[in-house]
Amino acid sequence: MFDGLSDRFRKIIKDIKGHGRLTESNVESALREVRLALLEADVNFTVVKDFVNAVKEKALGKEVLLSVTPGQQFVKLVRDELTHVLGDAAAELTFRGRPTVVMLVGLQGSGKTTTTAKLARLLKSKGRNPFIVPADLARPAAVLQLVKLAQQIKVDCFDVGGRTDARDICSEALRVAKLKGYDTLLVDTAGRLHIDPELMDELKDLKEILSPAEILLVADAMTGQDAVNTAEGFDKAIGLSGVVLTKLDSDARGGAALSMRMTTGKPIKFVGVSEKVDGLEVFHPDRMAGRILGMGDVLTLVEKAQVSMDEKKARELERKIKKDSFTLEDFRDQLQQIKRMGSLDSILSMIPGFSSLKKAKNIKVDEKNIIKIEAIINSMTMKERLNPAILNASRRVRIAKGSGTTVQDVNRLMKQYKQMRQMMKKFKKGGMKSLRNLLPI
Amino acid sequence: MPFSRLKSRLARTHNAIMGGIQAVIGNNTRKDSMESLEEALIRADVGVTTAMEIVDRLKEGFRWDEESLRQRLSDYVYDILKDVEAPLEIPYGTRPFVIMVLGVNGVGKTTTIGKLASRFVTRGKSVLLGAGDTFRSAAIEQLEIWGQRVGCPVVKHSQGGDPGAVAFDAVRSAISRNTDIVLLDTAGRLHTKVNLMEELKKIKRVVSREVPDAPHENLLVVDGSTGQNALNQAKLFNEAVGVTGIVITKLDGTAKGGIIIPIARELKIPIRFIGVGEGVDDLREFHAREFTEALI
Ligand SMILES: Nc1nc2c(ncn2[C@@H]2O[C@H](COP(=O)(O)OP(=O)(O)OP(=O)(O)O)[C@@H](O)[C@H]2O)c(=O)[nH]1
Ligand SMILES: Nc1nc2c(ncn2[C@@H]2O[C@H](COP(=O)(O)OP(=O)(O)O)[C@@H](O)[C@H]2O)c(=O)[nH]1
Ligand SMILES: [Mg+2]
Ligand SMILES: [Mg+2]
Repeated sequence: MFDGLSDRFRKIIKDIKGHGRLTESNVESALREVRLALLEADVNFTVVKDFVNAVKEKALGKEVLLSVTPGQQFVKLVRDELTHVLGDAAAELTFRGRPTVVMLVGLQGSGKTTTTAKLARLLKSKGRNPFIVPADLARPAAVLQLVKLAQQIKVDCFDVGGRTDARDICSEALRVAKLKGYDTLLVDTAGRLHIDPELMDELKDLKEILSPAEILLVADAMTGQDAVNTAEGFDKAIGLSGVVLTKLDSDARGGAALSMRMTTGKPIKFVGVSEKVDGLEVFHPDRMAGRILGMGDVLTLVEKAQVSMDEKKARELERKIKKDSFTLEDFRDQLQQIKRMGSLDSILSMIPGFSSLKKAKNIKVDEKNIIKIEAIINSMTMKERLNPAILNASRRVRIAKGSGTTVQDVNRLMKQYKQMRQMMKKFKKGGMKSLRNLLPI
Repeated sequence: MPFSRLKSRLARTHNAIMGGIQAVIGNNTRKDSMESLEEALIRADVGVTTAMEIVDRLKEGFRWDEESLRQRLSDYVYDILKDVEAPLEIPYGTRPFVIMVLGVNGVGKTTTIGKLASRFVTRGKSVLLGAGDTFRSAAIEQLEIWGQRVGCPVVKHSQGGDPGAVAFDAVRSAISRNTDIVLLDTAGRLHTKVNLMEELKKIKRVVSREVPDAPHENLLVVDGSTGQNALNQAKLFNEAVGVTGIVITKLDGTAKGGIIIPIARELKIPIRFIGVGEGVDDLREFHAREFTEALI
């Protein structure tokens, strides 16, 4: 699922090796693989064409440096170009006007309402004084959805009252905001198709009323080829200032990011990474490039791990590893940390080279296994978890019964646990470097 | 449903593929023709691998004019889709017939439940809704509004409650009221989140303890504008709870919904309905012939 370009490139690297420079013929097959990888990642057909041509132009005639293999150089070139096209650096929100108005627009179900709350929370944490405006009167309970989210994050929300027109809501909210001194207005709008003339006219009116500093298109990372039409449609009608790509916590490769960026030229400013109100991150073009190409993303992995791993627990773990007193209780703890980071497969896919490793050694990453292991450990007494040496045959039978597994499963876990401890001795430094070796696969 | 209406709704899809075919007429080499067709399929989200395979099949023919190409493509796509054309049947005497509605976030589960409820009520069935999305803010109220629109009872707990318990109450309540059909809403969840998929299994277990063989239908809702990821969605939901039917939504937009072709080919799960708008009547039964003709 995530094998993507990493594996393809291993083959290409072999192909290009031996030539002194990148030529039409040796780069051709590599470009074909890039094209396929991008299409599989849902990058729009036309966009793929343009992108591949741009890469080709840059690649041809390039001297191959002696220090690196031509293959590596080509991989870097593709990734660099993709990063460049995606926007080089993270783009910031523009604050303009009093108050600064941010409008969130997009198709139905893309994540506008959730993102409105996430943005409000983020801005509040940066010392701003945001005001939330629910202007979606179409979807049942959409206003209530946002009112509840606003309460949850303790940000004020405009009281829609009996109003039945988004225009009324926006002009009144703007008046109230000026009066009460809110510095930022976050306006959630109803989901709509870019080909719906009536609803697009409504957006134009809202823009007229609000003179927003930002009009952000909220788009789903799982979107396919149609991303270009949506982005273009909204951009032509009301002029976007940026894009928020949601549901990046999925396993979608997210080619829509490139499609939208290349057709509108508008920067991707944020990404949504969870359903919860804290799941908003700044967009990193370099990471997105790696993801689209399926090349693994060490940075995100490290960051995710840092966020999810409880600081204190991590230090405690390191101490234990050093002291060689890592118990099954610690193991269970670690599994829970890993689970919090998202699916195991998606974590592993962020480790470069893992996809080929998986095949090479025929390792199957089985999430069910984690659940099983947890169940087994849960069925142990604390004494057993802290000192697994006491696990004799009858205790193992009891544990197997209690966890709905078999004695073989319990034995297997004990063997893995033993291996892990041995491995840990080699990784006395602990921390992330040893993560992969701690995984029960 | 009037066929013309579906056809006009899907006319844009049609035009995209026709565009590909028209390009073929202008070309005179076989290779160019094939590439144009492949492009049209890829642009419809069929996926590059499946598109290449389908186009490869078109080589088996003599005639290269527009009509013949179109016919061969249409025939082949129809072959794939007719295997998954199987309308949802509610067997006589199965009461309550329990339908659990699943899918990733924001695809249209709750709306589809509203549309389905209306459809069943119109056909004289009694329907009960279970507000199983206890996670998302105001999801319960959203379903309640649909319940009011359609005129059927909604069993709910409060936000943050146990969805298994909601399912239990919904089914029990349906049994005691002798209700024909229960529609269970669930929170949107990504197919890759193990704990959330475990939660679905639990809901399913709870339901089956109360009514043998229930849920009778595990209906997966797929957003028609989704790209290749939809195949993973279908696979993983299927592995977790067994998907017995699929609904493809938002086909009123410019997206082509072509991802159903690889899904149909690989998983052979019946496609029950398509969603063509936000209104209560914007649900159509899936028909392979109509869909193919509207698509190609
Ligand atoms: N255009 C269009 N919009 C649709 C269709 N089906 C649903 N929607 C809209 O898509 C949005 C999301 O629909 P919901 O029914 O809330 O989706 P859901 O899957 O229950 O969402 P969550 O519970 O939030 O995961 C709403 O704005 C619906 O009106 C459709 O067929 N066409
Ligand atoms: N997994 C995940 N779900 C999200 C994300 N953003 C929004 N959602 C979910 O997607 C669904 C639709 O979101 P909502 O904000 O109501 O969309 P709207 O219709 O565009 O306003 C809800 O179930 C949200 O919880 C995200 O980044 N990740
Ligand atoms: Mg909304
Ligand atoms: Mg819902």
